[in-house]
Amino acid sequence: MAHHDHAHDDHAHDHEHHGPEKGIMRWIKTTNHKDLGTLYLFLAFTMFFIGGLMSLVIRAELFHPGLQFVDPEFFNQMTTMHALVMIFGGVMPAWVGLANWMVPMMIGCSDLALPRVNNWGFWILPFAFSMLIGTLFMEGGAPAGGWTMYPPLVLQTGNAFPFLIFAVHLMGISSITGAINVAVTILNMRAPGMSLLKMPLFVWTWLITAYLLIAVMPVLAGAVTMLLTDKYFLTSFFSGAGGGDPVMFQHIFWFFGHPEVYILILPAFGIVSTIIPTFARKQLFGYDSMVYAVASIAFLSFIVWAHHMFTVGMPLAGELFFMFATMLIAVPTGVKVFNWVATMWKGSMTFETPMLFALAFVFLFTIGGFSGLMLAITPVDFQYHDTYFVVAHFHYVLVPGAVFAILAGVYYWIPKWTGRMYNETWGKIHFWTSAVFINLTFFPQHFAGLAGMQRRVPDYAVQFVDWNVQSTVGAFGFFIVQFIFIINMLACCYGWFGRKQGLPDRVWDGAHGLEWTVPSPAPYHTFEEPPVISDNELTAVHDAVDALDHHKLS
Amino acid sequence: MKMGRLARIAAGTSLALAAFAVQAYTETSGGYNLPTGVTDLSKEVHGLHMLIFWICVAIGAVVFGVMTYSIIHHRRSKGHKPADFHESTTVEILWTSAPFIILIGMAIPAAGTLIKMEDTRNSDMTVKVTGYQWKWEYEYLGEDVKFFSTLSAESNKARQLGSGIDPNTVPNYLVDVDNPLVLPVGKKVRFLVTANDVIHAWWVPEIAVKKDAIPGYINETWAKINTPGTYRGVCAELCGRDHGFMPIVVKALPEAEYKEWLAKQKGGDAAAAPAAAALPATVVAAAPAVTATDAAPAAAPVEVAAAPAAAAPAAPAAAKDLSKDELIKKGESVYTANCSACHQATGKGLPPNFPSLVGSKIVKGAAIEHIKQTLNGKGMMPPFKHLSDLDIAAVLTYQRNSWGNSSGVVQPAAVAAAR
Repeated sequence: MAHHDHAHDDHAHDHEHHGPEKGIMRWIKTTNHKDLGTLYLFLAFTMFFIGGLMSLVIRAELFHPGLQFVDPEFFNQMTTMHALVMIFGGVMPAWVGLANWMVPMMIGCSDLALPRVNNWGFWILPFAFSMLIGTLFMEGGAPAGGWTMYPPLVLQTGNAFPFLIFAVHLMGISSITGAINVAVTILNMRAPGMSLLKMPLFVWTWLITAYLLIAVMPVLAGAVTMLLTDKYFLTSFFSGAGGGDPVMFQHIFWFFGHPEVYILILPAFGIVSTIIPTFARKQLFGYDSMVYAVASIAFLSFIVWAHHMFTVGMPLAGELFFMFATMLIAVPTGVKVFNWVATMWKGSMTFETPMLFALAFVFLFTIGGFSGLMLAITPVDFQYHDTYFVVAHFHYVLVPGAVFAILAGVYYWIPKWTGRMYNETWGKIHFWTSAVFINLTFFPQHFAGLAGMQRRVPDYAVQFVDWNVQSTVGAFGFFIVQFIFIINMLACCYGWFGRKQGLPDRVWDGAHGLEWTVPSPAPYHTFEEPPVISDNELTAVHDAVDALDHHKLS
Repeated sequence: MKMGRLARIAAGTSLALAAFAVQAYTETSGGYNLPTGVTDLSKEVHGLHMLIFWICVAIGAVVFGVMTYSIIHHRRSKGHKPADFHESTTVEILWTSAPFIILIGMAIPAAGTLIKMEDTRNSDMTVKVTGYQWKWEYEYLGEDVKFFSTLSAESNKARQLGSGIDPNTVPNYLVDVDNPLVLPVGKKVRFLVTANDVIHAWWVPEIAVKKDAIPGYINETWAKINTPGTYRGVCAELCGRDHGFMPIVVKALPEAEYKEWLAKQKGGDAAAAPAAAALPATVVAAAPAVTATDAAPAAAPVEVAAAPAAAAPAAPAAAKDLSKDELIKKGESVYTANCSACHQATGKGLPPNFPSLVGSKIVKGAAIEHIKQTLNGKGMMPPFKHLSDLDIAAVLTYQRNSWGNSSGVVQPAAVAAAR
């Protein structure tokens, strides 16, 4: 076919002029979504490592009562930096990295809509985190007022203060560019036939995430700018003495902060909704209701922020409203969990590593959801607030929640990215050890919190020692076994241990979606010509997809 | 088989959860569950906590049960063929509306309790609670009684980095104070909660009160304690370096004994502080737990009643000049309570944020500058206006004559003049 030949010529032409450069400049100058996806993922895992080291300092100090290793001030720097690094440096870049890699391949377009913005958005981040982490080496040390940056405490930060504010600004700019890029790409560049309600769930969740990001990152930027002017330019936005109100910061912060926690988890819903149908060999149950559930959760995320601050002294009507609104979130979240279970029901399941992580996600995220429901009950939240019960809750949704979904996604797609299969035995070992250690780390924290241990303290009354010993052992174990994952994945990237390329296009027999119609590894440029999409490829379990083969690029 | 393992883990976790639930239900200990507490509302809160917990356990049993069944039976290795159903509007409506109804069932009692908790009207007395970095101040409104409450000296010594003291040997490690808040039982006590510097939160689990203390603003909350005893709590909002070291101790006494205690306190803070300072020595033998319902109700009043009697004669006159030795002796305890968190017991501080006082310019220099900086604060250092003239004079004299410093005596009159 003439058309087809022409496309092929174009492709060869492209390769000559737009293929990857050699050496370091490839990575600095790249506008390719796959390269940038890789960069984002490397950054994310580097930050997971750094943030993980910080958590080990925290857990080592908490192993036994009494202060053994660090001064309380440095301990506070560790809790503050651990949170900032994990949230803004770990989870968020990991999601952007996965979106970079997968969104264009899933919707059948050649790249993101704004490739240069994409490059810029990424390269801001190493500077932002150098600035933030660099404060650890400054006179006076890093910020120690908590990642929530509540005034007046945060205004006591020393020389690190402006570095904190500008680092947050840079992270915000990067997130906004990334979000705009993903949203514009999804809305404008879908291949013909890819209507909105046929998009893979990962694309849907990311589209909604992008809107959340665009809506709330500027709010955070405003809040931290007011902090900056309060400290250096004599304004009193958050000082009662000057007519301001420290609580106003909390309202503004959590108006950003609550949607932010869904920014961290919605793409995980997308990944789990992709992986479970693949390995259950059964179509996702209730696709439409899944989309509506995600959209409802996103909407509700804007009207529940004050449940983070029930003890701050709000009017009764406010407390009642935020309690009821927060409880409502359980409805769409329940729908999602029920749909995942219904997808497994009467499937034909196998349990490769991505599936194990996805199942653990459903199990453990649900436990985090239960503690979330308990926290929604205002009169009881007064007791839970700022205790280890809350720490256990949000780590359950963030680590076996978001992080397990990231790991599941990487295991699921790395054969597509590299053309090499990871080692399944080591993958399973990684999963089982991670699952055991993560529960050992965080489950006891529920008990410590209920028994009365408050958060963000370097030392504690002696009756909490058992829970803390377990938690510390779990944390060190979890950190160590992640090297199994790192080595397993690097072996796929670099072909260590004699890993050969040569996987079929459709790496997993139950997988469907456009990414499985291109070769493994995916070529540098995919879908320079829009593919013709059959509904079968997007929804049904696939044997009829050979029809699409002629659109593959080689 | 691989999935046998997953199933076993799932079953194991459910069992652990169930075991926790049963234990929690029997409430044999305060070590892993919310305390039932000693007010009507704390009992309601505990009841709500257990109600929601059991609802979660029930939902979890159904969801995880179905999931586990599916994982065990609907697997390819057992030759199970995939079904092809993938939607059902009826089912979706069912599992959207069922949780909604359960939530309404939770929301009604929760709202009822919340409304009662927020009703601060008709209180019998009011205590103003002020958070400082890093201690609490209690003021009995209308009674002319107020005093500071700081971490007990024993805990404070043991909690220093590398102190070499085993926390297990310190009674009530980190949850003991010099001057506890003393309250009557059976009275509705209103708390007005505020702060002097940054945001703190006043939390006593046994009376189900946690309220943020916000500088420039006053929050209201209340409690009516049913049982005499000692109830321990902590600051629950990150407030800087020593956030973990500003505990709360509430001693609830029968009304008559409370009145006796109050009468002895009258006459201002100068008398109150030394009077209550004798408390820890008699109290320390009590309960090991923060959530100590086990502080024997019968024993508590005796201890407290005894203390003021012993210490009352020690009340000094505030305004007259004192000898250097007297000032240094008093100054050391003021220093330990107010200054050592940052400037350290050694006076060497933790530079650069917390400067050394050993040979420092301000300590060696004119007394008036030293007084002014103490009163007004500077940079990260909060103002200490709230301390009495005597306390400030004593602590400055202590600083100016310790760790090799030797720069004279500061008398209370000089502090009064500088205010």
